[in-house]
Amino acid sequence: MLAHRLIPCLDVANGVVVKGVRFRDHRVVGDIVELARRYADEGADELVFYDITASPEGRSVDVAWVARVACELDIPFCVAGGIRSVVEAEAILAAGADKISINSPALARPELVGELAARFGSQCVVIGMDVDGLADDKPDLWRVMINAGKPDISSDSRRGLLDWVREVTARGAGEIVLNSIRADGVRGGYARDQLAAVRAATTLPLVASGGAGQPVHFADVFEHCGVDAALAASVFHSGEIRIGDLKRYLASRGILVRI
Amino acid sequence: MSARAYIIAAGGANYGSLREACRRVGVEAEVGDDHAHIAAATHVILPGVGAAAHAMHALRACNLDRVLRSLTQPLLGICLGMQLMFEHSEEGGTEGLGILPGTVQRLPTTPRWPHMGWNQAMLVKPHALFDEITENNWFYFVHGYAAPVTTHTLARTDYGMGFAAAVAHGNVFGVQFHPEKSASAGRRLLRNFFALT
Repeated sequence: MLAHRLIPCLDVANGVVVKGVRFRDHRVVGDIVELARRYADEGADELVFYDITASPEGRSVDVAWVARVACELDIPFCVAGGIRSVVEAEAILAAGADKISINSPALARPELVGELAARFGSQCVVIGMDVDGLADDKPDLWRVMINAGKPDISSDSRRGLLDWVREVTARGAGEIVLNSIRADGVRGGYARDQLAAVRAATTLPLVASGGAGQPVHFADVFEHCGVDAALAASVFHSGEIRIGDLKRYLASRGILVRI
Repeated sequence: MSARAYIIAAGGANYGSLREACRRVGVEAEVGDDHAHIAAATHVILPGVGAAAHAMHALRACNLDRVLRSLTQPLLGICLGMQLMFEHSEEGGTEGLGILPGTVQRLPTTPRWPHMGWNQAMLVKPHALFDEITENNWFYFVHGYAAPVTTHTLARTDYGMGFAAAVAHGNVFGVQFHPEKSASAGRRLLRNFFALT
């Protein structure tokens, strides 16, 4: 059986790793390659790099640091940020990334999902989704947001979460990363209701994102939501949760992890 | 004599991360399709991405199919590169190199297709390629087709069906996973490969 994956997410702005709370107030947390190497050594199963300024600024990812990471890293990694064409995706994959993740550009032009899957294979194509909606909302009120990484210009895509999940599945996506805006950076646990609903709506690998604060939050989301992977940033960057310790804890609860 | 590796790149793919993985275990690797340099290398690696038919076409276009069959030094196929060692693949009805008997099959659609992520390679036949890998046997896989378990299988993995995770036949070796993406277990496997003579 496949191991449940733990994925540190490194938000990249202007070539360094940053992390904000509720997508605002970014502070620098370190050098990209140095952090990537540290996480690989600690037992991270995969890394995601989000160039959080690329999409709002209307540009694609700077491939120079992608190539540096590819040389240094011996675990798979995914790159996200403003990728809006097959040509841009090809540059990032050629630089050594294993997957690319698209978010706002897929909402603007859903055909992009199928174009990327046809050219590179579904296994390379990850769809990121930033979801708005309160905990007590009904699922049909959950909305996928555009440009959630930049509050000044973010907007409602007018797409329901589960409709969008089914659409990208049909168009050939290979994985979904579901980020709950209400949970992100608050450390109160993953948005279990939204994740469980998405799990029921697609057979694609599903990655939980946003809200991890304690080891039990990871156990909860694996045990109750059927996710394949859990992504987190601040609790890893701060050193509050060490990946090796977290894996031993998950294993002690009977959750299959790579140790 | 230290290892001098050659990574066969037919069809223009980028194998930078594989070359760096070799470097991390102390082996400089050249990347390309030069017959004389391949013959002079102590260890040859055949990686592969994309579809089987396209990859075989690219090898034949450079006469590399004949070169690969004639090698006597250790040869390691990785992922599609391992699958191409077999006689036949269901992917596109492709004729392979035929170094190993058998047909590469499509993996079942359940649990999920393709097989992607970290899985365990269970050793079925002790071999120097897996020295010190019995404990930490997690490797990273990304594939939709797989080779059958035969007498040439060194390690097997189960995902929907049992398949060959690693094979050996004379000087020819293959791994279905990506050692260059498999952290410490992958580093160990590459180091073991370069120690083979």
